[in-house]
Amino acid sequence: MSDVVISAEGLSKRYRIGGPEGQATYRTLRETLVGLATAPVRRFRAALHGHPEAQSEQDVWALRDVSFEVKRGEVVGVIGRNGAGKSTLLKILSGITEPTQGRARVKGRVGSLLEVGTGFHNELTGRENIYLNGAILGMKKAEIARKFDEIVAFSEVERFLDTPVKHYSSGMYMRLAFAVAAHLDPEILLVDEVLAVGDAAFQKKCLGKMGEVATAGRTIIFVSHNMAAVSALCSRGLLLERGILQQNGRCEEVLAAYTVPQTVLAWRPAPGTDAVAENGPRITGVRVRDVADAATISSDSPVEFCIEYRSSKPLTHTTFAIGLFDELGTEVYFLESDNQPGFPEVLPPVGEVRCTTAPLNLSPGPCRVNVALVQGGVHGAGVVVDKVEGAIVFGIEPVDFFGTGKLPPRRWSLCLLRQTWSLAGRPG
Amino acid sequence: MARVMEGELQPAVAPSFDRVIQPSRSWVALNLAELWEYRELLFFLVWRDVKVRYKQTVLGAAWAILQPFFTMVVFSLFFGRLAGLGAQIEGGIPYPVYTFAALVPWTFFAQGLNQAADSLVGSANLIKKVYFPRLVVPLAGVITGGVDLALAFVVLLGMMAFYGIVPSAAVVLLPVFLLLALVTALGVGLWLSAANVMFRDVRYTLSFLVQLWLFATPVAYPSSLLPEPWRTVYGLNPMAGVVEGFRWALLAAPPPGAIIWVSAAAAAAILVSGAYYFRRMERMFADTV
Repeated sequence: MSDVVISAEGLSKRYRIGGPEGQATYRTLRETLVGLATAPVRRFRAALHGHPEAQSEQDVWALRDVSFEVKRGEVVGVIGRNGAGKSTLLKILSGITEPTQGRARVKGRVGSLLEVGTGFHNELTGRENIYLNGAILGMKKAEIARKFDEIVAFSEVERFLDTPVKHYSSGMYMRLAFAVAAHLDPEILLVDEVLAVGDAAFQKKCLGKMGEVATAGRTIIFVSHNMAAVSALCSRGLLLERGILQQNGRCEEVLAAYTVPQTVLAWRPAPGTDAVAENGPRITGVRVRDVADAATISSDSPVEFCIEYRSSKPLTHTTFAIGLFDELGTEVYFLESDNQPGFPEVLPPVGEVRCTTAPLNLSPGPCRVNVALVQGGVHGAGVVVDKVEGAIVFGIEPVDFFGTGKLPPRRWSLCLLRQTWSLAGRPG
Repeated sequence: MARVMEGELQPAVAPSFDRVIQPSRSWVALNLAELWEYRELLFFLVWRDVKVRYKQTVLGAAWAILQPFFTMVVFSLFFGRLAGLGAQIEGGIPYPVYTFAALVPWTFFAQGLNQAADSLVGSANLIKKVYFPRLVVPLAGVITGGVDLALAFVVLLGMMAFYGIVPSAAVVLLPVFLLLALVTALGVGLWLSAANVMFRDVRYTLSFLVQLWLFATPVAYPSSLLPEPWRTVYGLNPMAGVVEGFRWALLAAPPPGAIIWVSAAAAAAILVSGAYYFRRMERMFADTV
């Protein structure tokens, strides 16, 4: 079987906690000097208490003993929740970061696409950025020149080719960025979630391009939250959970193992449209479920929203807000953590907040959820540090709300209110 | 027989993998071949920096000239005239052009240090998302300064014409001294850039370091102020050799002698050690920066 092109054996990656993704954070020279000076004291203390320096508690294993093989021409989807180690796996395979243990062997030229538009410079024109970005992704100058027209045609931004990209709309920016990336032509392509950009039509075009690459016999490892895309493109799936490889097999089987009811994860806003500071607080995932864990959410379900967030330092003066909208964009409910007396004032750097509601009392139909993280005040006084619009869209299933077998049409009554009717003067 | 056994026991894995990704031991090879493979990326990073620099600043190219020029004016006034250093220069070379010939490589060096030290942190996004030899980043930072160097050099030629100075035959060695300046800037830059990722306060000590180094380099004064053998020892500061070499090549100043060899050796030592230190720290960059 000489056609194995990626072979991973016991890959593990450890991060020191204390930063986003549990990254090791940089230190200052001062801290290091102080650390060196106090190290003997700490060791002495530890010895007194009879245990060696308890370092392991500060460690987070982003990947633990992951082994698998990929054959030439296979398209492998990697799925799992946020923080399951998917991106870490791609970073190791592309050589960006080293594994702590284990090894991976790779045969062939590897191209990685962990982000669309890496290295784009706002002051440079579209034309200049095609060359710059192409070179950063590992293309040769001659190769870029050869594919230039194709890239431009794919991006649909011909008219603005000599305009600095800072004047581009976010859609144009993403299209141009993906166009360059799509023409990367390695033997092994590692792709992380880049299809979650642009409008639906462009996403479809990107998926088509990926499919083309796949049928051309390239090996692809594809990380995504988009289950539809994974099942359409991939022949094999890997399911990661907390850094451990849980499933490795045919795509349908792995996807079936991963069905978490009512769980939808939100994507990060695309770069370029993303005004969030690198290490600022971010919403990393949103999900909703029926409190009673029913398979569907119905008109009288109490629901639970979970918002996963991540920041480089503990959060203070922070409010989480959830807006619920109908299909026309009408505001239905506004929920915020400030409505909760005694909600903690300081939150850990990485965590998840939960909001449990009373029965929704909404008429059957779609419900869109926006989520925001606000710092420094409430009701418009604070600054929206991060927000995810349309984080989730879930359907509200009909239920016999009034016990009559009938419901008013949605356009008459978006909310459902239980009521009592009687004839005046004749109580009861 | 043993060979057959081995063949049977081997797992069915392809025999020829190009690349093995595993935890590296503490010291790693420089891997200059890979660096050469990425020369086009280096070109594009330099090209980007030059382009952006001249697009963004109003004065654009003028900055490259103004900074050393005004330093020269101030030095001429205070050191050349008031402190009387102008009279100490061998060969009767006018103080302004004497000090400017030193300020041209010095500015290149100081700017290269600044660029290199910030380069990795400034390219954090690239480093976290794309693989390429990280050496490219500080290298591009230093090389970008070459454009400013060329502009300032034109001014220097103008001043030489103004004072009627004709270079000696040693002018053919000028590229060597340019290379020496590049090697020094890159060597120190590699140390600083890698250290700056690990310890962010390196950035704050940098301006202080550059200032001290300026006065420890014979920019405002001739190194002939020092008696031998101290003058030769002075060459341990590679910029001393660079500056003296520039003056010798361009202004027909007396040959600097052994100081050049000491400087060349010191610069080479800094570059090699800097490159190894950088490569050693490199594996931590993506997780730390």
